[in-house]
Amino acid sequence: MNWTWFHKMGSPKWFYDITDKWMFWLGLASAVLLAVAMVWGLAFAPADYQQGNSYRIIFVHVPSAFLAQACYIMMAVAGAIGLIWKMKLADMAAKVSAPIGASFTILALLTGAIWGKPTWGTWWVWDARLTSMLLLLFLYFGYMALQSAFDNEATASKASSILALVGLVNIPIIKYSVEWWNTLHQPATLTLTERPAMATEMLIPLLLSIAAFYCFFTLVFLMRLRTEVLIRENRTNWVKKIVQPDV
Amino acid sequence: MEINSKPSLWQSCVMVLKRDLRLALRNQSDLVNPLIFFVMVATLFPLGVTPDKEFLSQIATGIIWVAALLATLLSLDAMFRSDYDDGSLEQLLLSPYPLYLLVLAKVTSHWIVSGLLLTLLFPLLAIVLFLPWEGYPAMLASLLLGTPLLSLIGAIGAALTVGLKKGGVLLSLLILPLYIPVLIFGTGAVGAAINGTPYIGHLLWLGVFLVMAITLAPFAIAAALRVSIAG
Repeated sequence: MNWTWFHKMGSPKWFYDITDKWMFWLGLASAVLLAVAMVWGLAFAPADYQQGNSYRIIFVHVPSAFLAQACYIMMAVAGAIGLIWKMKLADMAAKVSAPIGASFTILALLTGAIWGKPTWGTWWVWDARLTSMLLLLFLYFGYMALQSAFDNEATASKASSILALVGLVNIPIIKYSVEWWNTLHQPATLTLTERPAMATEMLIPLLLSIAAFYCFFTLVFLMRLRTEVLIRENRTNWVKKIVQPDV
Repeated sequence: MEINSKPSLWQSCVMVLKRDLRLALRNQSDLVNPLIFFVMVATLFPLGVTPDKEFLSQIATGIIWVAALLATLLSLDAMFRSDYDDGSLEQLLLSPYPLYLLVLAKVTSHWIVSGLLLTLLFPLLAIVLFLPWEGYPAMLASLLLGTPLLSLIGAIGAALTVGLKKGGVLLSLLILPLYIPVLIFGTGAVGAAINGTPYIGHLLWLGVFLVMAITLAPFAIAAALRVSIAG
């Protein structure tokens, strides 16, 4: 089998060139999707029969909670690829995704607190979902702290990838342990295996909003990754040509 | 003696274990300080929260477990530090035996001098904090199952940070979130025992985690040591 495409995919220069064309369309798609999803969700979707208008924060809360978890998995998988196949690009991808994932985790926690005040009457409870999200945030912080503690980029990548993988094993353990310990949070809004219990007029803007968040995430991720490529490859000729075209 | 005679795998693991235990016995401050810390934390709660007997007996489980967790954390940084400084860690990596088993021997010796001693000391704390009698067997069992877990998980963090000058605070940051399940099931078992409900389920979960950690953690520890030494 011909594996050259795999190696090509790992080449920073090839990656930088090909994503150059994607950036505009990704930016456009996330702007349009975000605008449509937010206006629809916040202004036109019907009010909830139980929670009134306060439920509308769902259109920010659920997508960010989705991404907070997906980003950790992506970070650990990229770290594993970097450890096993020693692909530079995978190491960089793992590194740049950590702060994005941490931001989405913070966003999910904050919107959750704002939602919790009118519905439960309190900003914070030691509920299973909330606690496991908080611990996910701590895992991100640990990863970033370890990443920045080393002077050598290669060592930092390897060490933090090991930590990300250890954390990946622990995420389900943490999730279920705190779930059995205490639960107040409402059950998952969306599951893959069951028909959604939500009204269609609410479901469509929610799905749109999830798509918008994913687009936005990809955009930010690629922007950070492209910058990281330029920083790490700063000794190569092709980077010099991009940064200083006249010299 | 034959020229090619070298210790068998089992002998080499026992040698690592014996050496670490001997080092711990000779370096008594490292051995005793976490234990003193463990006992001192228990004094802070009656002074800081309330000396009320009723209230203390309610939170005794949590205090003992949190104190055990923090005391273990305190002893973790020393796990590979002196070996790293004097080069014997490098020799361990270069040895012909699987690093997996050698680090398991090192973790075992760490558990004997930290976790096992903490477990033996717990009745002292339990008495001064008025832990109900029904909780004693569950506390003993959960500590016996839980403290080796703390050593195994903590060793991953210690191995990751051994190459760094200021590894101590970073180590706690990395390891504390991973300790949460141990804390939850450990205190859960004692709580159930005090309430008179079956607590075997919690202990079984701790056992499952322990088996998982014995199987998987040495891989991570060995990989982390190789990264720290190479970097």
